[in-house]
Amino acid sequence: MMRRRWLVASATLAAAFVSGCTEQRSHAQAVYLLVDTSGTYAQEVDKAQLIVNYLLGTLQSGDSLAVARVESRSFSEKDIIAKATFDGRPTQANAQKRVFRDQIAAFTKTARGSAYTDITGGLLQGAMFLNETGAGKKTILIFSDMQEELDKVTIRSVPIDLRNIRVVAVNVVKLKTDNIDPRRYMGRLEEWQKRVESAGASEWHVINDIEHLDQLLKASG
Amino acid sequence: MVDSPHWMIWPGNAALSALVVFLLALPFLYAARKPVHDLLRALGRLGESPLRHAARWLLGAADAMHVRNKSVLLAHGREEVGQHIAREFERVAALVKRDLEGYPALQRKLLDEITRVEEDYKKCGEVPPPPPDWVEAVAAVAKIKSNGNEMLQRILEEISRSVGEIHEKALAEYRRAYETRHKILDGFMPFWRSLDANLTQADRKMTSLHDRAAAIDAQMERYEQIVAGTDKAEHALTLSTLTQFVVAALVMVIAAGGTLINFKLIALPMSEMVGAGDYLTATLRTSEVAALVIIFVEATMGLFLMETLRITHLFPRVSNLGERVRKRMMWTAFALLLTLAGIEAALALMRDMLIADKQALLQSLSATQQAVAADGWLARIPTVGQMLLGFILPFALAFIAIPLESFMTSARTVGGAALVIVVRAAAFALRICGTLLRQSTRALIIAYDVVIGVPLLIERWIKTSRSTHDSDRLRVIDPVLEVGDRP
Repeated sequence: MMRRRWLVASATLAAAFVSGCTEQRSHAQAVYLLVDTSGTYAQEVDKAQLIVNYLLGTLQSGDSLAVARVESRSFSEKDIIAKATFDGRPTQANAQKRVFRDQIAAFTKTARGSAYTDITGGLLQGAMFLNETGAGKKTILIFSDMQEELDKVTIRSVPIDLRNIRVVAVNVVKLKTDNIDPRRYMGRLEEWQKRVESAGASEWHVINDIEHLDQLLKASG
Repeated sequence: MVDSPHWMIWPGNAALSALVVFLLALPFLYAARKPVHDLLRALGRLGESPLRHAARWLLGAADAMHVRNKSVLLAHGREEVGQHIAREFERVAALVKRDLEGYPALQRKLLDEITRVEEDYKKCGEVPPPPPDWVEAVAAVAKIKSNGNEMLQRILEEISRSVGEIHEKALAEYRRAYETRHKILDGFMPFWRSLDANLTQADRKMTSLHDRAAAIDAQMERYEQIVAGTDKAEHALTLSTLTQFVVAALVMVIAAGGTLINFKLIALPMSEMVGAGDYLTATLRTSEVAALVIIFVEATMGLFLMETLRITHLFPRVSNLGERVRKRMMWTAFALLLTLAGIEAALALMRDMLIADKQALLQSLSATQQAVAADGWLARIPTVGQMLLGFILPFALAFIAIPLESFMTSARTVGGAALVIVVRAAAFALRICGTLLRQSTRALIIAYDVVIGVPLLIERWIKTSRSTHDSDRLRVIDPVLEVGDRP
């Protein structure tokens, strides 16, 4: 009886030691890239491929990446073009990255413009995906002009939960109207910043030069 | 005015207030002079005494540690020199067994050669046959005058011819005899050479033995000094241990460099086995820990290999194992080390493949296609080099056991000596503090007297005048004391 108690106690101690030694906090990184394919912005989709390629080269085993398009209504899994959580084994992870690259290449060739731009829906979907991954660092990249246009039926005045998520607007090109009145461009970005920060996002950045994205991701990495 | 401190008699005039307070306090300070002096002395002693005691205790502890260190050092030295002497005796025994075992054969060979040389010498000494006795008779006949006698001339010619023939024959025989002797002398040479070689060999062996004997003498002298516990022996041993410590530390630093290279070589491919996404701590990946574990296991196997080969003696239990068990353990350690070395070589190959795969992926992802390097034998050199390195490093790391043992052994002495120095320095610092405290107390007493200088001057003046008055009175009462000796 005594011996059995000792065994149980030893096993409990060993389990506590092992669980104590293992780092509970996730070191993985998850990135959700929203690619705007609406209107004239669909021409920019080739640049999005460059960003995806860069992300594939940077992300490590255990990290997650998803690329989704922004359409008239983007709060849907169907809009996710490709997603992957890279395997722990580097060879498998490289194979996954090759498949991912091919999927994105195929998408860029067939991408068509949509009538409306539902960025909020994309953000909601992205936040859900990122929270599901359980990654330690979560980033949503919005490859868009940040001009949201919804049809009359679509409702997006819902609260968004972006806690512990960093949001980066990439390649925010100026519209014709912005050129006439730059305040529109500034106002649009300020509005998005307020919205994202009020949703609990940890950071908000606007990066128009893709090379600066490299610095941002490296600094956070 | 309202904010002025309460001690200020004249508010707004601090100097005057302080002066008045001081003058008022002066009589009290003068009256309290002796108790204040006593208090300061007591405080000084209170601080100084524990410091002095602590310093004395530390010095005692340092001396005890020094004695202990010395005994440990001498014991180590005795053991080391004893082993040296034992090894020298083993070498001498091997030399004696190897060389002197063949000495009777060598002696017999030398005697045989000397006998043969003697025999040949005797043969050389044989005198060639002397000329015949009738030579004198022929000389007498030769003196006979012929005087034209034909008969006599013919006889003489006949005699001359016969003698000539005999002379030729004798001369030929004489030459032949000398030729034989020369041949015998020629035959001497190999024997002389053999004799010379044998004697040189014997001389060399004797010199080697002599050298060993000299080495044993030197070690014995050292051993005697260690047993006697002389300062010279202690100094020499300390110096030797310090050198050993530094050299061992240096070698271990080099080995640490090797370990780092080894780690770099297998950390990446280990992620293929245990996954790259798991972390044990905030910055330490599981794959890195696994790589480190493999390296440490290799080092441990190397340690056991050295231990079972009796090169190191870190584990007395291993040294005391039976011969059969020890050999089994040795082969087990070697087999494991070999297996791990093989695994490392495979991991090194995998590392190269992983890097190539990653490179290919990055090239395919980049917008501009880079030129692909030719896949010739030159490209294989780094791969082969990494594999070789992966295979050799575990065996190289096995030898870390030797400097580790030296380091552990010498660290006791060096650490002990350093501790003694630290303890002595602490004792010295405490003594200095105690002395400073005592001197500070004295300075405070003097400073107190300076503060109450005016009352003290008055006291001295009164005492002087009183003593003058008393001496005048004494001079009047007993004038003899003025001129006489002191009572």
